[in-house]
Amino acid sequence: MSISEISRRRLLGGTVILAGGALLPRFGFAQEVMQGGRLVVAADSEPRNLNPAIVASNGVFYIASKVIEPLAEASFDGPDGLAPRLATSWEGSEDGLSITFRLREGVAWHDGEPFTSADVAFSAMEVWKPLQNIGRSVLANLESVETPDEMTAVFKFSEPTPLQLIRNALPVVSSVLPRHLYEGTDIAANPANNAPVGTGPFVFAEHRPGEYYRLTRNESYWGEGQPKLDEVIFRVLPDRAGAAAALEAGEIQLAAFSQVPLSDLDRISGNSELEVVTKGYEALTYQLIVEINHRNEILNNLKVRQAIAHAIDRSFVVDTVFLGYAAEATGPVPKNAPEFYEPDVALYPFDVEKARSLLDEAGYPENDGGPRFSIRLLPAPFFSETRAMGDYLKQALAAIGIEAELVSNDAPGHLSAVYKDHDFDLSIGAAVFRGDPAISTTNLVQSGIPDGTFFSNQGGYANPGIDEIIAEALVTIDTQKRIELYNEFQKLVTEDLPLINVADWGFTSVASVDVENVGNNPRWVVSNWSDTAISG
Amino acid sequence: MHRAWRLTKRRLIASIPVLAIVILGTFLLMELAPGDAVDAYLVSLGGGDSGLAEDLRQSYGLDQSALSRLWLYVSSLARLDLGWSIIFNRPILDVVLERLPNTLWLMGSATALAFTLGSLLGIVAGARPGSALDRVLSIGSLTLYAVPGFWLGLVLILVFSVQLRWLPTSGIETIASGKAGIARALDIARHLVLPVASLGFIYLALFLRMMRAGMGEVWRQDFVLAAKAKGLSRWRIVVHHVARNALLPLVTMLGLQAATMLGGSVVIESVFAIPGFGRLAQEAVAGRDAPLLMAVIIVSAVLVIIVNLLVDIAYAWLDPRVGSSEVASK
Repeated sequence: MSISEISRRRLLGGTVILAGGALLPRFGFAQEVMQGGRLVVAADSEPRNLNPAIVASNGVFYIASKVIEPLAEASFDGPDGLAPRLATSWEGSEDGLSITFRLREGVAWHDGEPFTSADVAFSAMEVWKPLQNIGRSVLANLESVETPDEMTAVFKFSEPTPLQLIRNALPVVSSVLPRHLYEGTDIAANPANNAPVGTGPFVFAEHRPGEYYRLTRNESYWGEGQPKLDEVIFRVLPDRAGAAAALEAGEIQLAAFSQVPLSDLDRISGNSELEVVTKGYEALTYQLIVEINHRNEILNNLKVRQAIAHAIDRSFVVDTVFLGYAAEATGPVPKNAPEFYEPDVALYPFDVEKARSLLDEAGYPENDGGPRFSIRLLPAPFFSETRAMGDYLKQALAAIGIEAELVSNDAPGHLSAVYKDHDFDLSIGAAVFRGDPAISTTNLVQSGIPDGTFFSNQGGYANPGIDEIIAEALVTIDTQKRIELYNEFQKLVTEDLPLINVADWGFTSVASVDVENVGNNPRWVVSNWSDTAISG
Repeated sequence: MHRAWRLTKRRLIASIPVLAIVILGTFLLMELAPGDAVDAYLVSLGGGDSGLAEDLRQSYGLDQSALSRLWLYVSSLARLDLGWSIIFNRPILDVVLERLPNTLWLMGSATALAFTLGSLLGIVAGARPGSALDRVLSIGSLTLYAVPGFWLGLVLILVFSVQLRWLPTSGIETIASGKAGIARALDIARHLVLPVASLGFIYLALFLRMMRAGMGEVWRQDFVLAAKAKGLSRWRIVVHHVARNALLPLVTMLGLQAATMLGGSVVIESVFAIPGFGRLAQEAVAGRDAPLLMAVIIVSAVLVIIVNLLVDIAYAWLDPRVGSSEVASK
């Protein structure tokens, strides 16, 4: 019996099962198999504030997005890359000064109160704009929210604001809070921040600190036949090897955000009970970047920066640091953002000879035996990959005659050294692309950002041409024109290299094969899991 | 009991300057570490503008000078108020009381395991110093002692949880099981087997080596010769004369080990996902939560002081020479 025969047979069998699956729901009993069950997933941390309207971070969304919903969620096939949630449609005015949201009817909060436009207006004006880490900048020009009726909210802006930007920001920025629980209280200290009340498919049941979070099914969820699960449990597993063991022992069914180390994935994929899923992180692309302190006279020289860019073997980084779970980066916008991605930019292929001659031209010739110059390299400790990249870059720089001294800090130490004290020459950082360059990408090169703003341009780089484009795109209403501005932005950034983009990566999930619909939207891990089910 | 009370009083007074040094030292170290609680928080947020950082600093009281924060902390401590945790956003006392029992169970069981098994095996090894059994035990225990705790824990998990599926991989009890009473106690005991084993086995070697060395010394004493001359059986001499006298230094060791085990539990609690005191210390450092870390260290220090006090009392009771000389010297 040949191998091809087996696989053909398997393939046929698979087709039969698939066909059967398509037929079964008509008979009505297949749904019972799908319905119910408890999904236990790993969580590596316990956010101190579980309110996604205040803390728009992946760690909070991971748990809270099942309870509190945004106006719209990212989608692979929906119009504008969105799937409606609490809003059913959105429309911008000609002058860009207002955006009108139509809201979903018949939605109730978990405590039974009806959801109305007043909740949206309250969340926007009292929470997203003044308190939220992302909303503070994206909604800076939001002046007021009018509520002509219970199901309509009109956002009024003081400056023309592109609908495209607000749309792209919706999944992250627009988590709606129940006004009746927050109004008139100290919002930042409200007890509901740690026992959230929302409209989502799951109701927050309990948190046992250090052990788990438990969410239970929302019986009156607006989604037809949803949620599929009875319970979702986030089990706190701080040790990464421990999370892998819990998966293999069948105690948990899912570990997200690469909690199972990349180096274990090979072993895991040999387990027929588990599968490695890379889908579901497309809108959560992380970017491995080399941040440059332009205050350093040597690094302020473009030729030196170009030499460093040529010294980095991106395919080696992808294959060795990320074990293949990443893509080589060409510029400040990742390929995962096709709306904005510009492939025609200045590229810096791996070329040690060219790098050396660029350094010679820049006036830093090779000393006999000694390095051309020395710099301090600070790898961010956030991911094992950022640390590994620090080790690699040190070697890559040595190959072109630059001596790098590795300086290791823990997370708060790294942040304060790079972004507050500017006490670095090169830093390996991780930036997040949040669906639109204006949210968290342009601020990596823009000048005039106050000291101490984390994950922003703190390298002292200032380029009036780039600043101008950033400012113009921020008030350009026409979508096509705005995209063209960002294409130009990518060209300018790659030409002048205020920072060097090395690789773009998404995380991986490891899930039991019994879990269905894993990764079916671009922000799956941090979306509401209303259609996630357990079979078998 | 009068003697024990006087001993207690003396020790408690002596421990006050120790605690003061511990508090000041911790505070200074946290001040010297780069980055503060707001920086640590913003890492988990994925950033935020500098205005947000300022607002947070103000709400945490971090905008005040180090000296005034230290004063604020010490004065609230004097009122027996441990303060408010920044990273948990809850009173520190609550967090501590929640975490402490888990660690006490873990440490207590691991100490009991290390002490009983270690001294028993030590007796076996010391009964015939130089024998093959003695060599095997000595080398085996040293090997265990050289193994890092987290590695031993992971290997035990792989064998007993992943391969054999006999025991749970982690956690302190089955999540949301609704168990109560004896069923719950058994469930917790099942969860504690692996962490206690990995913590206990490492310290077992110390007790074993100490017991064996102590016995070696006692074997050369005159009263052993006398016992032999009386024609007592070898095991009777081992158990009643040699081991009994060699046991005393182990009690001292017990007190010293309490502090080391607190350190070891940091690692073991992370590997086994046990919400305990060791993990709390690590979380406090990572989050730059100075008041929480100081609370953890103060409570640990108090814990170690109490254990040592108990050891001293037990010692005084076991060996009448000790307590009386200390009291007499006063």
